[in-house]
Amino acid sequence: MIIDPIETLVQQVQAKNPRAIARAITLVEDHDSRAGQLLSALDPQSIEEMTVIGITGPPGAGKSTLTGRLIARFRSEGRRVGIIAIDPSSPISGGAILGDRVRMMEHALDGDVIVRSMATRGRLGGLCAAAGAAMRIMAAGGCSVILIETVGVGQSEMDIISLADITLLVLAPGLGDEIQAMKAGLLEVADLLVVNKSDSPGAETLTLEMETAAHDRSQVWQTDALTGKGVAELTSRLIALDREHRSDGTRSKRRGQAHEREVIDWAIELLRPQLSSAAKAMDCRQSADPRQLAQELLSALELKANPDI
Amino acid sequence: MTYTTQKNRVLIGKAGLDGHDRGAKVIARALRDHGFEVIYTGIRRTPEEIAAAAIQEDVAAIGLSSLSGAHLRLFPAVVEALRRAGAGDIRVLGGGVIPAEDIPLLQEAGIIEIFTPGTPLERIIAAFTEACASHRSGRSL
Repeated sequence: MIIDPIETLVQQVQAKNPRAIARAITLVEDHDSRAGQLLSALDPQSIEEMTVIGITGPPGAGKSTLTGRLIARFRSEGRRVGIIAIDPSSPISGGAILGDRVRMMEHALDGDVIVRSMATRGRLGGLCAAAGAAMRIMAAGGCSVILIETVGVGQSEMDIISLADITLLVLAPGLGDEIQAMKAGLLEVADLLVVNKSDSPGAETLTLEMETAAHDRSQVWQTDALTGKGVAELTSRLIALDREHRSDGTRSKRRGQAHEREVIDWAIELLRPQLSSAAKAMDCRQSADPRQLAQELLSALELKANPDI
Repeated sequence: MTYTTQKNRVLIGKAGLDGHDRGAKVIARALRDHGFEVIYTGIRRTPEEIAAAAIQEDVAAIGLSSLSGAHLRLFPAVVEALRRAGAGDIRVLGGGVIPAEDIPLLQEAGIIEIFTPGTPLERIIAAFTEACASHRSGRSL
């Protein structure tokens, strides 16, 4: 009898084997040819039921420390938790230092906490595809809560956050003007605005500012992740919000949009090798207009670009 | 068609009470600059914590640093923790202030490479590259 290695791997993932979960995520991240078979064999029920929480905010706001605290709260509710911590790759070497685990190590020996660090790998949109796949694999591996942590400054991070059912924007006083610049877009997508380091000078001012900017003052929460202050209340709110979104249709609407984004992301990701080899094969005359060349490239691949755009 | 984008993933960590992480950080940055994805777990970890993190992150190799003299106990303890967790295939390399007479003992305990002060960075990077390549080729899936 021939045993299919992917079938075996999926069985191990569903048996919550940490190595199999990790291995499965790598296969997808590395574009292994068997990734499609793997992903379509995952249990759709657990994916349907998981709660995905996006945690974003500027560097230094305390996202990883807060994530560590949220893990503890969800664990005390008996939930198995998956964490996807995303950090940027170096655009020059393609390498990355992934250090978010440092602030979550208290959970390192808890078999029901699965942490996966993921580098952006210079993917344009493709990060959504990879992170989406990782959360599905974790859900199939028994995680009912998935936390996706990312530095919320760029567009690709915003895209990732769109995969979440609920989004937290974490801010802290004293981080400077760059927060002002990023607030605009993120405020619109965040469900809850968390003023972390609530005991630091400036926290009250920041809270007032946030309450003014929010559509609803109840969106703004204060925490001090270092001591854990306010985290229990924040977690209760998250759980309640998840319940509300499940009953009022918000969740299914968001899931639909996220799913579409993942599909498009995968399509681009799967086309990328063909596009780049076709571009190399084509005479990319520098004098020619890049948009025109792109259209030629698509027709060479027998893909039709919309003639109206 | 095949289109894989395999990356070398390694974990750099420090076990035990030794809090001097400068060397570990230098290695982590050098590896990043050579295209590696480096999971950094910080100081004062137990061998079991390092092994669990290595498994969850699906790394090919672990680099351990020790400047406290506890390498003879801690490095083999990481190898042992990996084996107990069914991950004995993950390569373990180590570096730090390690007397020459300890090197064969560590190698016997399963640490495949030992770097002492003054080892050129290129040699360290080459060793990690080789460890990742041999790990990959030994893997069925």
